Formats: sequence, C-alpha cells, structure tokens
Amino acid sequence: MTDIAPENMGDGTTVTRLRHHSPERRARTAKRFAAERRFKYLGLSAVLLAAAFLVLLLWTVVGNALPAFTAHYVKVPLDLTTEKLTKENAADFNYRKIVRAGFGGLFPDVKKRREKRSLNKLVSSGAAIAARWEVSDNLDWVGTKAEVLLPLSDTADLYFKDLLGDLSRPESERTISDKEIAWLKELDEQGRIERTWNTIFFSNGASRESEMAGIWGAVVGSFLTLIVTLALSFPVGVAGAIYLEEFAPKNRLTDLIEVNINNLAAVPSIVFGLLGLGIFINGVDFGWFTLGGGSPRSAALTGGMVLALMTLPTMIIASRAAIKSVPPSIREAALGVGASKIQTVFHHVLPLAMPGVLTGSIIGMARALGETAPLLMIGMVAFIVDIPGSLSDPATVLPVQIYMWADFPEIGFQQKTAAATLILLGFLVLMNGLAVVLRSKFERRW
Amino acid sequence: MDTLVDNIIAEASGKEANIKMRCRDVSVFYAEKQALNEVNLDIKPKQVTALIGPSGCGKSTFLRCLNRMNDTIDICRVTGEILLDNEDIYDPSIDVVDLRADVGMVFQKPNPFPKSIYENVAYGPRIHGLARGKAELTQIVEKSLKRAGLWEEVKDRLDEPGTGLSGGQQQRLCIARAIAVSPEVILMDEPCSALDPIATAVVEELIDELRQNYTIVIVTHSMQQAARVSQETAFFHLGNIVETGSTDEIFTNPKDPRTESYITGRIG
Ligand SMILES: Nc1ncnc2c1ncn2[C@@H]1O[C@H](COP(=O)(O)OP(=O)(O)O)[C@@H](O)[C@H]1O
Ligand SMILES: [Mg+2]
Repeated sequence: MTDIAPENMGDGTTVTRLRHHSPERRARTAKRFAAERRFKYLGLSAVLLAAAFLVLLLWTVVGNALPAFTAHYVKVPLDLTTEKLTKENAADFNYRKIVRAGFGGLFPDVKKRREKRSLNKLVSSGAAIAARWEVSDNLDWVGTKAEVLLPLSDTADLYFKDLLGDLSRPESERTISDKEIAWLKELDEQGRIERTWNTIFFSNGASRESEMAGIWGAVVGSFLTLIVTLALSFPVGVAGAIYLEEFAPKNRLTDLIEVNINNLAAVPSIVFGLLGLGIFINGVDFGWFTLGGGSPRSAALTGGMVLALMTLPTMIIASRAAIKSVPPSIREAALGVGASKIQTVFHHVLPLAMPGVLTGSIIGMARALGETAPLLMIGMVAFIVDIPGSLSDPATVLPVQIYMWADFPEIGFQQKTAAATLILLGFLVLMNGLAVVLRSKFERRW
Repeated sequence: MDTLVDNIIAEASGKEANIKMRCRDVSVFYAEKQALNEVNLDIKPKQVTALIGPSGCGKSTFLRCLNRMNDTIDICRVTGEILLDNEDIYDPSIDVVDLRADVGMVFQKPNPFPKSIYENVAYGPRIHGLARGKAELTQIVEKSLKRAGLWEEVKDRLDEPGTGLSGGQQQRLCIARAIAVSPEVILMDEPCSALDPIATAVVEELIDELRQNYTIVIVTHSMQQAARVSQETAFFHLGNIVETGSTDEIFTNPKDPRTESYITGRIG
C-alpha cells in the first residue's frame, strides 16, 4: 500500500521517499502527462476547428445578407393631377404610365424607343405598385405633383452597392451598360438616389423581381404553421408523457411503446412528410371508407399537422424526462395528505416539471421551424405572392422560401437568400436562448 | 380492574375499545420477495407506538401498509387484515384518499412542497374541502402550525417558501401539514434521522404533546428515542414481529433473546 522506501542520501542520513520517484515510475508519469497533454490539445483543436467553421459560416451569411437589408430608391416626380385618379380609386389605380412619364421626364434627351426602354428598366417593374402604396398612404398628394421614392431595379441597386463585379470589364461582359451607368451617375448627382432600410423585404411576399421579393409571407406562414404544430403536439405530447410516466403499468406493452417513441424521434423528417401527404391530403382508401384526406395542399394547417407528427416524439421524450426529474418525495408528500393521483400530478408534479416541458417544447418548435423536407412533400413550395391570412390559405415557410430563393440565379436573390437565412438563424438562436434561460432560471428548487 | 372487565366485554362483543388499529397476519411481497411475514400488531389509541429493529427488517414497509402508501408501488402486494376502528382499510369500499386523511404520514426526509409555508399547510384541508372560505382555512393553518410548535417561528413569513426553513423546521412543517387534515393516526418514518440533535429534541417533545390528540406510530432506529417518546414498542426482525409490549417492559425485561441483543447493541 504505502510505497515508501528508505533511501540512503550518501551523507549518512536516510530520507524516506515515495517509491514513485524511482526512474521507471517517473518515466511512466511523464508518459501519462504527455498523453494527457496530447488529448487536451486534440480536444482543443477540435473545438477551434468547429469555432472556425462557425465563424466562416456566419461571416459569409452576414456578409451576403447585410446588403439585402437596405435598398436604393430614386426620387421621381409624379404628376398626380390626371382626372382619372381620385382619392377613392387611389388604392386600385394603375400608376404605370405616371411612373414612366415621371421617370422619363428626368431625362428629356432620351428620345429613341430602345433607349427609353432601357432607361425605364432602371426602376423596378414593381415601381408602379410601390407608387400605389405611397399614394394611398398620402391621399392629399392626389391632384398635385409629388416627389415619390420608388425602388430601383435590382441591377441599379446592386450598382450602387458596388456588387456588380469589376466594372472595367468590356461592356458585353457586364450586366450593366455604359449608358445605364451614366444615367445612374446623373441621378446620383441630382441627389435623387437614397439608400434606406429595405421595407419591401420585410413586408412583401414572394416575387419574381428580387427587389420586390420579401420574407413577410414566409414569416407569417412559419408562424401559422408553428401555431398549429404547438397546438397539436403540446397537449398530446404532455398528456402522453403524463400517462406513460405516472399512470401506465410497467409491462411489455408500455416498454414496446417507449422503444417505439424513441425510434420515431430518430425517423428522418421526410418520412413524416410522406405520412402527412398520404393521410392528411390524399387519405387512405380502405374501400368502404377513407381515412383522413381532404386537407388543403400547401397550407399552414397541413404543414403544421405534419410538423406536429414529427415533433410529437421529441415532445413526449422531453416531457417524460422533466416529469421523471421531479423527486418522488413530492409525490409521496401529496399522496400522504390524501391527494388523489390526478391531484398529485396536476397540483404538484406537472407545475414542477413545466420548465423542463417548456424547454423541450421550445427546442422541438425550433426544430420544426427549421424543417424543410416534410413540407416539400405536402406542396408548401408553391410560389406564394399573397401573405397568408388564415390557416387554410396557401403558404410557405422560411426555410422553404430560402430553398426556393437559393435556386434563382440573380445576384439580388443570392442576397435575399442570405438575409432570410440570417433571419431564420436569428429566430432559432432566440428560441434556443429562451430555452436556456428557462432551464437555468427554474433549475431544481428542492 | 375495570378496564380489564371492559376489555373482556369488548372482546366478547367483537369490539376492541382500546385498539385503534388492529393488524392480523399482514404479509407484504415485493414481486416475489417477501418483506413481511404474517405480522400481528395492535395499536392503542392516543399512545405512541415505536417500531424498532435492524434496517431492512420491514418497519417502513409495515408502516406504509397502515395508510396504504404501498399501493403506489406497482410490484407490492399486501395480504392479511388491517382494521382502523374495526373497518378493514383494504376493503374495496374504502377510498384511499379518505383513509390517508384519517391516517397521516410524516416521512424520513422532510419533504415540504416547493410552495409557501401557508400553502404547504393549507393544501390538505383545501383538497378535502375542510374549510368554508379563506378565513376558516387560515384558522386551520394557524391551529396546525401552533400544534406543530412552529407558529411563533413562521407567523411573520407565511408567504415564504417552505423549502427555505431549516431541516427541523421543515419536518415540523410536514407534521403541521399532516395535522391540518385532522387525522386520527399519524405515521412517522424515522422523522428525526435527518435532523441535528437539537432539532431532534424539539420534534421528540412535540411528539409527546401530540399524543394527547393523536395516535402515533413511529419508526425509529434510535433506542433512546424509542425509550423517550413511546409507550408501546414492537421489535421487528427479518420481516417478523418478534416481540411487542409496553416500552418499559421491552427495554427493561425483554423476553426474546433477539430483542435483548438488539437493545444491548449486539445486532443492528
Ligand atoms: N420499493 C421496494 N421494492 C422492492 N423491495 C423493497 C422496496 N421497499 C423495500 N423493499 C425491501 O423490503 C425489505 C424491507 O424494507 P424496509 O421496510 O424499507 O425496511 P426498514 O424500513 O425496516 O429498514 C428490504 O429487504 C427492502 O429491500
Ligand atoms: Mg425504513
């Protein structure tokens, strides 16, 4: 036991030394220390590598996304004196001609049809719609001449953001011509170009024109979908967890159910999409009757139901863990004063488990928010211009919107993709942060 | 002499005036394993009955039969007969909720609810509907805390969490919580084993006072404690009751050699 060996110090005194100071021991100790050090450095480099990738990811996403949060507008004098335009029809009026005339008026020298056409391409094709929003917000402009901020086309916008690449290349290799550059420079010199917060991006639905495309439709779609998911999976998940943890007898059947719930949590999400397509949309035909079916395609309702299927196992597992972590002594205390089983669960166990249950739900919801594949299966990839107003309206969700935008070749859309990704990441960080806060705030009180 | 005659008459008429709980041939099985073997014990009213014996001999198991806390353990099976005031507590017509209101329990480790002191005591009366209105409930809380000897220490902070009290105070809070539903019997499973000597003395004193109003059954591993607080003692050994009798008898003049060697500290 005690590795102590007396050692002669040479000068006659004997000093008792621990035997691990022997050369073999010392060599072994050095080797062990070296191994530990190696392991430490290995772990550290793994962490650094992961951190580097995270920084790289954020760097590219943020770098690409930032330009999309602002946009360049041109101040155009609009002649709103035409008799056809009244305060009543201002919200329905077609402003195309007025916008053309107003913008063309800034360049009175441009006469040729072809030149006029390329000049007009500098403002967004959605400028007429933007003019409609502006005028219907400022009805007293009707009957006057007003200076109105209208969105530039994406090429013009990108020119001012200096994102069109090397402009010293020959004209034929650029997306913008020398003449267009000259026009834009002239507008800038006149002080008609303004860079502002890109409200269109935050308030619009999908659009073919990148400068008119926004994420609001997808945000609302995601929100509605998650509401359905939460409303279905939370009560069912918690009830299931309570039953399994507190009431179910421990036998083969419940063991089997438990194993299968754990398996379901690991099933690839696209399988749930197939399930949703089969049951909610098409219905299962048994000959004499059809099970399910008839759910609206590409609607938040159906998407939410599919994601609820996907989230349910996670929800049950998290809730069970939370319920299990409530100490048995609390149950005994309640039962001991004569509370019934149900009272024990609802008065004591569930309130104590709630922070854990909520944390689990938030994490489940965060996963559902980031999910794309199962929603592709039920047709939530449709090109949806209108903001969904109800659960059965066609809708899309943020990750699917990102997926669709990523497919468009225009540089403008590349930035929208990055911006939408950044917003999605923001939501996810927010939700996970909330979960962490909840967890640390309500950690064990007994 | 009179009581003897009374007892004989009661026995003859099938009633035991002097017995609060009567246990006959109680056996308990955890799955296949037998933890109690045909135990017989009579518990006298308004007295403290101590259950002593080496650990693992089934004291807690027996105690938990008396208010059917064993029902909560899936694998646990109880046979035999336990009467509370001549009513079989395992009869299908008996509701465990009512039973546990009559037979309260205090556990080994103080286990107040993570709620306010007031809520801890008020919870039982509330779920049993013992109080009409807030004022009456507050009265019950005050009375229970006074009986548990805790009132003076907590009356100014009834809103503070019960888990913030000291160990001894927590245990007295648990006693107040049990008292609040006005039980007739209070079961205590080593109520002082988690407390320091001073808190233990306070609780022991309290138990002695409670005897005036309640029948108390207490499991203890401390011989001195059993001698100090109890009038009756039952000695458990390996799932059997080896000896029962008045505490004085058992401690001064044990009949069974196993009891004697346990009391003198040779087995334990
Ligand atoms: N929940 C349980 N499941 C299985 N066996 C148990 C359980 N509780 C107690 N036992 C067993 O029953 C026997 C008696 O235990 P217990 O009544 O706790 O003893 P004591 O309180 O006298 O120390 C022990 O052998 C113990 O292992
Ligand atoms: Mg015990």
